[in-house]
Amino acid sequence: MATSFTTSARLVAEREVRSFVRMKGTWVGLAVILVVLFASAVLPRVLSDDPDEVAAVGAAASRVLDGTGLDVREVGSVAAAERLVRDDKVEAAVVPGDPPSGVRVIALDDPPTDIVAALATAPPVDLLERSSVTSNERQLVIQVFAFMFLLFAAGGAAIAQSTVIEKQTRIVEILVSTIPIRALLTGKIVGHAVLTLAQVAVIAVAAPIALTVGGHRDLLSVVAPALGWFVPFMCLGFVLLASIWAVAGSLVSRQEDLGSSTGLVMLLILGPYFAVVFFAEDPTAMSVLSYVPFSAAVAMPVRLFAGEAHLWEPLVALGLLGGTLVLIVLLASRLYAGSLMQTGARVKLRNAWARQSASPSAQVRT
Amino acid sequence: MLKVSTISRSFGDRRVVDGVSFDVRPGRMTGFLGANGSGKTTTMRIILGVLEPHGGSVTWRGAPVTQSVRQRFGYMPEERGLYPKMKVAEQVTWLGQLHGLSHEKASANTALLLAQLELDDRAGDRLEALSLGNQQRVQVAAALVHDPDLLILDEPFSGLDPLAIDTVLGVLRERATAGVPVLFSSHQLAVVERLCDDLVIISEGVIKASGGREELRAQHGSARFELVVDSDAGWLRDHPGVRVVDLDGPRAVFDLVNGGRADQQVLAAALDRGGVRRFGPLLPTLDEIFKEVV
Repeated sequence: MATSFTTSARLVAEREVRSFVRMKGTWVGLAVILVVLFASAVLPRVLSDDPDEVAAVGAAASRVLDGTGLDVREVGSVAAAERLVRDDKVEAAVVPGDPPSGVRVIALDDPPTDIVAALATAPPVDLLERSSVTSNERQLVIQVFAFMFLLFAAGGAAIAQSTVIEKQTRIVEILVSTIPIRALLTGKIVGHAVLTLAQVAVIAVAAPIALTVGGHRDLLSVVAPALGWFVPFMCLGFVLLASIWAVAGSLVSRQEDLGSSTGLVMLLILGPYFAVVFFAEDPTAMSVLSYVPFSAAVAMPVRLFAGEAHLWEPLVALGLLGGTLVLIVLLASRLYAGSLMQTGARVKLRNAWARQSASPSAQVRT
Repeated sequence: MLKVSTISRSFGDRRVVDGVSFDVRPGRMTGFLGANGSGKTTTMRIILGVLEPHGGSVTWRGAPVTQSVRQRFGYMPEERGLYPKMKVAEQVTWLGQLHGLSHEKASANTALLLAQLELDDRAGDRLEALSLGNQQRVQVAAALVHDPDLLILDEPFSGLDPLAIDTVLGVLRERATAGVPVLFSSHQLAVVERLCDDLVIISEGVIKASGGREELRAQHGSARFELVVDSDAGWLRDHPGVRVVDLDGPRAVFDLVNGGRADQQVLAAALDRGGVRRFGPLLPTLDEIFKEVV
């Protein structure tokens, strides 16, 4: 009984997943991500656990420090307060001074901005056009999404890796004579998409735990609403890049040469990443970026999150992404098929496109 | 039966395979002989659909070879390759499944084959941990795991020691006897001479000879005879209708001249002079045929 396209693709995908799961690097990578995640959530709290301690001299100092949340230590004289500052027992000392505030702040070698800020009496602000999202929150969401996308887009490199291994070991000849090349490509993309989603799931479970442990529950409620849109964009975006990764892998014959063909793919991933990060505050640029298939996965969810996009916009962007995806996958599978059987030097895209009419310099051996 | 009909293939301006036709018959081991670069591998790749022919066709049991037909072929490429980090049994089983077997059937076949190829104790090892010779045996197992309808093996014996050749040969013979056509290429004439039933000789992309091994030898044999007598055979020099090619005491090798039929007269003359130990036509070795046609 002949294996169907789907069975072949499933077998390929299963093998990819199995061999990837067995690699030590997979687990080390995931562990590093989790460690970094927990460290960045928990460490700031551990390191700055105690509120700043401040020495206070006189009634005026005590009055202005009241209700700032700072840990106040009353001392008798300015000299005693200075000594405490010099001995690094307190961050700063608040001593009697000139009007209007009636106090002066003494510190060692750096102006203690956080303490000064705590002392300042800011006038009330009325915003005429209140945004539901602060600039900080927006920046955070961009960082989180851009980083996640970067992580998993780069994870597609495993596809290039496994493709070039098949070429290098020549098992590709057995595979190609057994199953359709498209089934091979589909299996690879599906396998790695599953692996990527599994990692996303692990992080999705770990992140709230880390944020809760670190006392950042509020951040969680900020990022969560944007996630809903991020997922479909991320899935399509992954497949788009995965098929490009596969072509990059098929163009070379040895793992050592992989760098020469994956540079462009890294550019396609890093370019949009930096564009989104740099132009985060430019609404026009962000609008454009949210439609460009390679950056839409980050830019569009961010705009939605900030309430800058109408509901139809992500649908159009998804449509554009989907259309590009179909086009690129078709293109990629032809290039992949065309270059898979060519060994030797790096295959030129033109030759890969020409399909099996290999040039003498990059021909299969006779 | 596999029928290759006038297939051609060029790489750039170079025609590597030019109008190649031959058959691979059921139950026969067909040796595919040719020097390096003569077009053997290209021809095999075309049969397996790895390369497109620029002309001609390949049919299996009278119908064109499609993807699902090809899935029932067993192929051992010239450039060996399996996943280095995958375990031996797991890998062969997986390839069996890829060829359409259920997981149970594939692993049962794998166990059987690995035992036959004396690899059962390495089943759980990663492929890269095996010696090259043993990796080659795994490659044979990979080509056979799905009980293929047809076997195409590119240089299956290169890199094997004589004992391993016998092991692999035993496995291949068993398949051929069961009715599976086997096409294997080689540039080692001695090996092919010992193994094949049929022969296809290719040179510079063109088939120079093909057919049964013995037919070919008879076809390409000149009218050359060997005679071994009890005493000195020097008298043969003066016998009419023959030309002595080699004479060494009691042994003589001679050709019949002018298409004559003096062989029986020579035999009678030899018997008159005493005992005859050996007498018969000298068939050319493959080596001689090969050199003649190429």
